[in-house]
Order: sequence, then C-alpha cells, then structure tokens
Amino acid sequence: MPLLSRFISVIGLTALACAAQADTARVAAAADLRYAFTDLQPLFEKAQPAHKLELILGSSGKFMQQIDNGAPFDIYFSADVALPKKLVTSGKAIAPVTAYAFGRVVLWSVKVDASKLTLQDLTQEQFRKIAIAAPDHAPYGARAKEALEHTGLWAKVEPKLVFGENIAHTAQLIDTQAAEIGIIALSLAASDTLKAKGGYYLIPADYHLPLEQAYAVTSHGKDNAAAHAFARFMTTPAARQVMVKYGFVLPGETLSTNAR
Amino acid sequence: MQLSPGEWQAIWLTAQLAGLTTLILLLVGAPLGWWLARSTSRWANPVAALVALPLVLPPTVIGFYLLLLLGPQGAVGATLQALGLPHLAFNFWGILIGSVIYSMPFAVQPLREAFAAIDARLLDAAATLRAGPVDRFIHVVLPLSRGGILTAVVITFAHTVGEFGVIAMLGGNLAGETRVVSIAIYDYTQGLNYDAAHRLSAILVGFSFLTLLTFYAINQRVLAPIKPN
Repeated sequence: MPLLSRFISVIGLTALACAAQADTARVAAAADLRYAFTDLQPLFEKAQPAHKLELILGSSGKFMQQIDNGAPFDIYFSADVALPKKLVTSGKAIAPVTAYAFGRVVLWSVKVDASKLTLQDLTQEQFRKIAIAAPDHAPYGARAKEALEHTGLWAKVEPKLVFGENIAHTAQLIDTQAAEIGIIALSLAASDTLKAKGGYYLIPADYHLPLEQAYAVTSHGKDNAAAHAFARFMTTPAARQVMVKYGFVLPGETLSTNAR
Repeated sequence: MQLSPGEWQAIWLTAQLAGLTTLILLLVGAPLGWWLARSTSRWANPVAALVALPLVLPPTVIGFYLLLLLGPQGAVGATLQALGLPHLAFNFWGILIGSVIYSMPFAVQPLREAFAAIDARLLDAAATLRAGPVDRFIHVVLPLSRGGILTAVVITFAHTVGEFGVIAMLGGNLAGETRVVSIAIYDYTQGLNYDAAHRLSAILVGFSFLTLLTFYAINQRVLAPIKPN
C-alpha cells in the first residue's frame, strides 16, 4: 500500500479503503491447515472468481489472542473448537461455529521410517530428543501428551521431550533433526512435502480425547462477502474431498490412511 | 534469483518501515540528543536511561506492552476508536511506533555523542558574529556532527530492517501491512519452505553487510578532513 493511501486511510476514509477490498477475506488458519488450504485456495477462487483469500497461518491460541486484541481477520479456523466458541461468547466472532474435522496425530521422523514404529518404540535409545507441540497451549500438544499418558510412556519419555510453539514449528524441529522423531498432525504428515521426507504412524484415535476443530466468521468479517462465501464453500463436497485427503475427517467420513 | 510478488511486497514494506522510522528518529532524536548532551537537569539521566531501555529489554516485552497499549482495549487504542479512528494493533502504524521506540537508542546515542563533542566556544563565536539559532545549527552544528548523523541514519535503518520480536508481537503477519522480510522468513521456515527462507535471508545478509561496509567507507571519508593534513 503506498504511503499516501496509508495517510488517507488514517485520516478517516477507512470505509472507502475497506469497500475496495471487500472481496478479499483474511483467513487466520491453524498451522495444521497449511497444505490443505494451499490446495483449497485455488479451488475456491476458481469457483468464486469474485472472492480472494489471504492466508495467515499460525497457532490457534495466538490467533485467538490477536482477534481478542482487534486483529483484522475475517474468518478463523482453530485446531480447538473451544477457542472460536469463546470468541462468539465474547462477541468477537459470530455464530455458527462449524466443525471441519476431528484432528489426528501421528508419529513422524525424517531419520527413520516411522510407519514401521509404534509409540512404544519412543523409549529406544536412538531417539534422544522427541518433539511435541507445547501441551499447555497447543491443541495437538495436549493430544500428544494424552496419547503418551494413555500408553504409560509419559514418565519415560518426558526427559527427552522438546516443545514446538505450534504444530508447524514441531514439524520443523523434526525436519531439521533437532529431534529424531516427534508427534505432529496427520494433516501435515500426509502432505506431499512431508511425505517425501519420511513415513508416519497414525496414533489410534482412542488414545486421546477427540480434537474437534472448527471455524467461525469473526465480527470483523461479518460484512465480508468473501469470508461468508468461504465458510459456505468449506461444507461443499469439493472442499470436503481435499480436507479428507489431508486427514481432516468428520464423523461419517472415512479416513483413507495410506500409511497403514 | 526470482522473487515472488509477495516477497517484493515484504521487501518494499520493510524499506518503508525502516525509512520512515529513520526519518522520525532523526527529527525526534536530534533535539533529544542535543538536550541530553547539554542538559544539567536532574531529569537528564532518567531520560537517558529510558531512551536506552530498548537496548536491554527483550523485544517481546516492548511488543507485549505496545499491544496492550495500542490495541482496542488499551488507553491509546481505545481513545483512537472513540475518535472514530482505527486502533493501532496489527497495522502499519502500530509497527512504525514499535520500530521508533525499539530503534530509538540507535539514533539518539550517536547524535548525543556528536553534539557533546562540539566545542561550545564555536557556537558562542558564531553568536557574536550575529548568527541566529537556525544559522548556527545549519552552519556549525550540522557540519561538525555529520559523522554522528550518518551513524544514526545507517544504524537506525539497518536495525529496523533487522527487527523481528516487536513486529511479531504487534503485527499479526498481514501481507502488505505488517509482513516485513523477517516475519516472511519465519513464516517460510514454519512451512518447511527452506528455499524461500534462504532466498530472503541471503538478501538480508547481503544488504546488511553492504550497508555496514558502505557506512565504514563513508565514515572514513567524512571524518578525514578533520584529521590534520
């Protein structure tokens, strides 16, 4: 944006500037959606040529805090349904809060073929550092911790754990081999980028609490046509097909895992 | 090396941010540096400490407090909204304020030192020759402190280009608004897109080195005439 228009917008012609941009929705999306949304964006923009998306990826908790502090996001996709529900309660987002998936976690490594392993193998000596997302604020980290507790491994592996800020950062820790192995989102491990680097083992869903993921249009985006169009698009068969490919399944949909 | 439109946008945004920050800090830093260099007030030390605070504080602290202050629930943000203006979190103006505060010591310190080195008798002599304050500033102070001014400009600009933490807290990674080069690099590494991260990082390394190299070369020349024969 040129400097002049910045001045103009601040002087009070904000409405004008907004009207000109009304067809672009700023999408704050949980880090696990990076690859799925990179596929979905062109599909959406082709189906709805009047609308454009601007993707911003990061941790669900950080986005929640930013929206709470007035960040201009139009629609919010959270890895944990509780967060958009809270925003609706506080008036920062508008109902409905729509579920888009139950998230799954996998064991992933670029050093060994994790598709041949199970959680029990984490006690092996070759795994000196194990990466998971921070359990206290990253939804995938909390599920990873529950799975390790469910299998009785938590106490044994805890000294070896390193924590990623969000699930993408966790994948980065494993990818750079700062950690030999770790637990990340299926949606990342199932992407072409990560599949080319290493196989994954799908951790059974009953090892952890369900990770219901959902989106809502924010109060900032309530008049944004592109945000509403994208919210509707997410429920179409075309969008669901892409989501399922990345392991984002809803009850009634079948997870087609090619790992095992 | 092919750059995407988004990467050009980040580079241009970074240049705008660093340029405006430098301009503002010259205008603010010159009188402040002058006062700090000449003042005998008991407030001089507390003010000097306040200006230097960003040198020792983690950028997250500055970003965090600015977010609370400039956002819709903060004193500044709420006041602006009451006046019908947008609040300052997550937009260019917010990160500009953050950058001005964060880079302030890098502008004020060299200016202060340069002004302190000016012999007061030269100013008095100019005054007896009936040079007004503006005249004295342009014809005595500016030439004598050109080394300090150059240092302030170059280091402030380069330091703002290298900023990350404050913008990460206050900016929200919005394309064309707050996604500067350092934030774009972070975003790329999160997507395991190391090629793109390398591309932008190499540009920053090259830019920073060339800037400092040019700075040292010019500084040598600028100061040269002062040396005896």
